[in-house]
Amino acid sequence: MARTRLARQQGAGLAFVSPYFLVFAVFGLFPLVYTAWVSMHEWTLLAGKVEFVGLANYRELMADSAFWRALVNTFGIFVLATVPQLILATVLAQLLNTRLRSRTFWRMGVLLPNVASVAAVGIIFGMIFARDFGIANWLLEQIGLDRVDWRAHRWSSWIAIAVMVDWRWTGYNALILLAALQSVPKELYEAARIDGASSWRQFWSITVPMLRPTLIFVTIVATIGGIQLFTEPLLFNTGANAISGGNRSQFQTVAMYLVQQAFTGQRFGYASTIAWVLFLIIAVVAAINLLLLRRIRSAD
Amino acid sequence: MNRTRQFAATLTAAIALGGLAACGDGGSSDDGEDITLRVNLFGKFGYTEAYKKFEADHPGVKIVETAEGDLGKYNTKLTQQIAAGGDAGDVVAIEEGQTVAFLAAADKFVNLQEKGGDDVKDRWLPWVWDKATTADGKTTIGYGTDVGGLAMCYRRDLFEKAGLPTDRDEVGTLWPTWDEFIATGKKFQSGIGGDKVAFVDSSTNTYNSILMQQGDHTYFDKDDELVFDSNPAVKSAWDYAVEMTEADLSAQLKAFSDEWNAGFKNGSFATIACPAWMTGYIKDQSGEGNAGKWDIATVPGGGGNWGGSWLAVPKSGKHQEMAIELIDYLSGEEGQMLAFEAEGRLPSLPALHDKPELKEATNAYFNDAPVGQLFVAGAAQLEPVYLGTKNVPVRDAVENALRSVENGEVPPAKGWSDAKAAATKAAR
Repeated sequence: MARTRLARQQGAGLAFVSPYFLVFAVFGLFPLVYTAWVSMHEWTLLAGKVEFVGLANYRELMADSAFWRALVNTFGIFVLATVPQLILATVLAQLLNTRLRSRTFWRMGVLLPNVASVAAVGIIFGMIFARDFGIANWLLEQIGLDRVDWRAHRWSSWIAIAVMVDWRWTGYNALILLAALQSVPKELYEAARIDGASSWRQFWSITVPMLRPTLIFVTIVATIGGIQLFTEPLLFNTGANAISGGNRSQFQTVAMYLVQQAFTGQRFGYASTIAWVLFLIIAVVAAINLLLLRRIRSAD
Repeated sequence: MNRTRQFAATLTAAIALGGLAACGDGGSSDDGEDITLRVNLFGKFGYTEAYKKFEADHPGVKIVETAEGDLGKYNTKLTQQIAAGGDAGDVVAIEEGQTVAFLAAADKFVNLQEKGGDDVKDRWLPWVWDKATTADGKTTIGYGTDVGGLAMCYRRDLFEKAGLPTDRDEVGTLWPTWDEFIATGKKFQSGIGGDKVAFVDSSTNTYNSILMQQGDHTYFDKDDELVFDSNPAVKSAWDYAVEMTEADLSAQLKAFSDEWNAGFKNGSFATIACPAWMTGYIKDQSGEGNAGKWDIATVPGGGGNWGGSWLAVPKSGKHQEMAIELIDYLSGEEGQMLAFEAEGRLPSLPALHDKPELKEATNAYFNDAPVGQLFVAGAAQLEPVYLGTKNVPVRDAVENALRSVENGEVPPAKGWSDAKAAATKAAR
């Protein structure tokens, strides 16, 4: 009797959670598995499946210098964008948490860049970093430095793209961190103050550890976004053949390389291989993130 | 009993939810009278007037055009839609460089041979029909719109400033060959002095013009084998482009970039090789303020064929019969004539080439240049250039290498070996 009731409850429970799993199966699991299957074929986008090649695409990818270059670009831009972004966001959150005049205005204000369409952001920053008439070069000249052809070098294109990413996402992350800051119990700070802790010590020993779960979340989201970076570098390369990310692919990210292989190169099987490897890389990086951020607590 | 019903109900709800999300296109059906035809193009075809006439002749038909400015983006999107069997529109445009690629998916398009195409196929230059037909000759996916006769557009005001002749006939005699074109460029550069004006817009544009002039194929031979290395045309076009860079004749503006567009308006360069379809683009970008400053002369090396488009009807379209009628009209005499008047697109119909309206046509924006003579005169002699299945990725790779030389990122010899490696890889 009791057993049937238990089974009934379990059945109902499963039924109630089933929508998620069904939707996941259709939109998450199936594409994943299908992509893996396509990646084991020579597959022309327009003409369709050609032949089964097993792991040949994966072997080719491992020896593909363009892929490794794209991977280095992706991580270079990611580090260049994410580290300053998270530091800035934490500082910004701290500032927004103080008693500012017209606080809501500032809090909403930092979110504005995020609401702007990426395409518009891309075009405007493309203009700012234009070679012949950009504001960035004008400023450099004003302080007596040489003009830079921002798209021609690896370092300069990475910086320009990182600035674009940070401009969009710093405010958003600051707001999430602000919410976390506000949930830190005031008593902890009071107790610390009574014990004579400096404000730096309070920040480092109370704020940072209390922010840890939020920092983990923010970092993982930034990582996923960073590794899949696509639109900003694409729009940065205005004109013909934008997908190649510069004349020597100095700022072509893995996601761009994937799209280039799939749609310009028509190599759908190979592009699927890149997609799967990208998926694995994101999983590994997310795991490393988790481990590193766990250490923040044990360090203090 | 109760349990199963409960379970079934939840499951049904879940499936319905999933199903709903999966097939959300639905869409309202037509009541048989009113039809909206969606025409999906890139750039400017100049069809506004032609649409109006077609709509007037076909009551209840409404034509909505979407035009993507960026050809690369357009190709990617169209490829996606065709490959996935998605909704690409009722009529789509296929650019010259993509015909071979889309012929690989000929089954996704309406075979125009079965829809009256055989009756009209003789109206085009003979190769126009063949280029949109599969190798076995059984399927034709597109009706040709325009062809890309080649000329050289130049700025009269800048030529005058540099002490060069401005009359278009005299200008044409300055450069019967590309060697003489480069020599003229050097003269221009020393004449213009310290002004920030270059002789050509970019090396790639000139490179492509030279390449498309030489012979009947470029990177691929007609068996679709990569001949990057063995086709002397590629190396010769490359060498001319590098020579221009080394003589400091290029404004180093990447084609279709914001800076290139601004260059038209600011007068950053004095010449640009212009296929017929580009005259409309030059006018739009230079703006009314520069009217009369541009002119058109003959191109060095004598003629050439770069560009041109076809209109196709994807099988995913809902109104295929009406769409076929529309492309028949647009690619017919009236449609092509209207497109020529609006955007300077050179018709691919020999019947039109003899018409005085076309032969004697002038372009007011280009200082009344006799575009009829310049473009139409050579149109009948235009020969098709075979572009392989992987033409676009290979062209992209080679252009990138050329730009890296142009911008001084790598020395020319390294650029050439980069181009070769990248072309081999892209041809895979």
